[in-house]
Amino acid sequence: MTREEPAFKIKTGNLSVLQLHILTTDMVQLKQELAQRLSQTPDFFASTPIVLELSAIAESDAVLDIAELVSFMLKQGMCAAGVVGGSVGQREDAIQAGLGLFPDVVARSPLRGATEEAFSVTGIHAAVVPVQPDLPGLDVVSASADKELVAPQIKPVPRPTMVIDKPVRTGQRIYAEGANLVVLAIVNAGAELIADGDIHVYAPMRGKAIAGAQGNEAACIFVHGMEAELLSIAGCFKVFEDGIPENVRAKPARVHLEGSRLVIQPLNY
Amino acid sequence: MAKVIVVTSGKGGVGKTTTSASFSSGLAMRGNKTVVIDFDVGLRNLDLIMGCERRVVYDIINVINGEVSLKQALIKDKNCDNLYILPASQTRDKDALNLEGVERILDELKESFDFIVCDSPAGIESGAFTAMYFADEALVVTNPEVSSVRDSDRILGILSAKSKRAVEGLEPVKEHLLVTRYDPKRVNSGAMLSVVDIQEILRIPLLGVIPESESVLQASNSGTPAIHLEKSDVAEAYRDVVGRFMGEDLPMRFINEKAGFFKRLLGGN
Repeated sequence: MTREEPAFKIKTGNLSVLQLHILTTDMVQLKQELAQRLSQTPDFFASTPIVLELSAIAESDAVLDIAELVSFMLKQGMCAAGVVGGSVGQREDAIQAGLGLFPDVVARSPLRGATEEAFSVTGIHAAVVPVQPDLPGLDVVSASADKELVAPQIKPVPRPTMVIDKPVRTGQRIYAEGANLVVLAIVNAGAELIADGDIHVYAPMRGKAIAGAQGNEAACIFVHGMEAELLSIAGCFKVFEDGIPENVRAKPARVHLEGSRLVIQPLNY
Repeated sequence: MAKVIVVTSGKGGVGKTTTSASFSSGLAMRGNKTVVIDFDVGLRNLDLIMGCERRVVYDIINVINGEVSLKQALIKDKNCDNLYILPASQTRDKDALNLEGVERILDELKESFDFIVCDSPAGIESGAFTAMYFADEALVVTNPEVSSVRDSDRILGILSAKSKRAVEGLEPVKEHLLVTRYDPKRVNSGAMLSVVDIQEILRIPLLGVIPESESVLQASNSGTPAIHLEKSDVAEAYRDVVGRFMGEDLPMRFINEKAGFFKRLLGGN
């Protein structure tokens, strides 16, 4: 070889990956539900690399036959590439099965409990982190490798937070594209707030709030007076046919995603 | 400097035309040169309520089309020396009202009048839009019920986003809330929203409360604006509204239930 250029380079790449959140240790149930879901959209995965998210079952420390699961997934067109989260034993099993380990960067609340569903794909985009304007600090589920080897890439400057200081009234829609949204005045029923990042409302919030509109599951909604018609984060939404729960009604509240569950917590201080 | 005031609501039948007639009469009774314009092309009513329907020869569309001069179309009010009416056309459709034509008329009226009151049609179509576009101030007429409040909220949103002042980035349209057909008895029994409830949603300054009264219907049918009625709550309430609009500090009346004879006798509240 007479080439002067090196045969390879190692670089950091911020890639978006699908995560399969595993919420049960019952492999029979998991496979059954996976097969059922995939039968509805057979070509949805098409050999896309998928990261197994094990944090929900880490505490159980159950021994999973990961190798068996990987080969089952492959038959379904899902190409397992690695794991994130999980107990020490589960992570060792993953290495044995030829999977990579992703650093456990996804901050999860210890409150998180197992949900009824075996895994969480709510609609197509729930667990997808699509290619979106990079928001430093927000893209916590991006999988990046070998950070030390190369100087970090220059990240694009995030868009400034959009601040609205006038009432948002019926029929009005505000979209903070690739940014967070802060509203300092009342948001009335029939109004719509949409942000790719977080939404903060420092007044009564009676309309719709759609945070993480491009799929950012780490997006949050903070509201000074919770009276919303609809709340949504990364495609998971909630309406309040029977009214807002008593403990947060017209009170300060925080809304975030735990798995596929939208959690509304009162802000007590 | 002449002021353009739009009387608007979104919802129909809440008392826009009744208010336009009484409010413009009240301004004129205080010595202000006032003109009231009916923007409800196709469904003209203002001339009936002002009792000048038999004197309508030309209308606003004739003026816009340059068929007659403004002077020829203006009708002098029978009750007030300082008040003129510019009627709507009953035979043309709403598209005949165009922004350029309306602006030309308003500019001409501004030369000889102190106040120009625009009676908006219901809805949010072009007629209502044209009526509010040039406004300096807005009287938002609302009934104490949720759908009316919701529609007023919508109108306020349009005023703050699409009026000439908003589009050109001038000082925003000054908004006033006028609650009409208010029945304190039904408010206390929970059948109607209270003034406090309405303000909590709309959050604009309250200009006045007009009580529900049989006399309004009688006044309309006899072609006399309600403000001219003798010994009537409605007339007094409208006079208060005009007084407050002119900057007087008057207490809110007619928002509490009238004490019955026995209650007064026994010294209840």
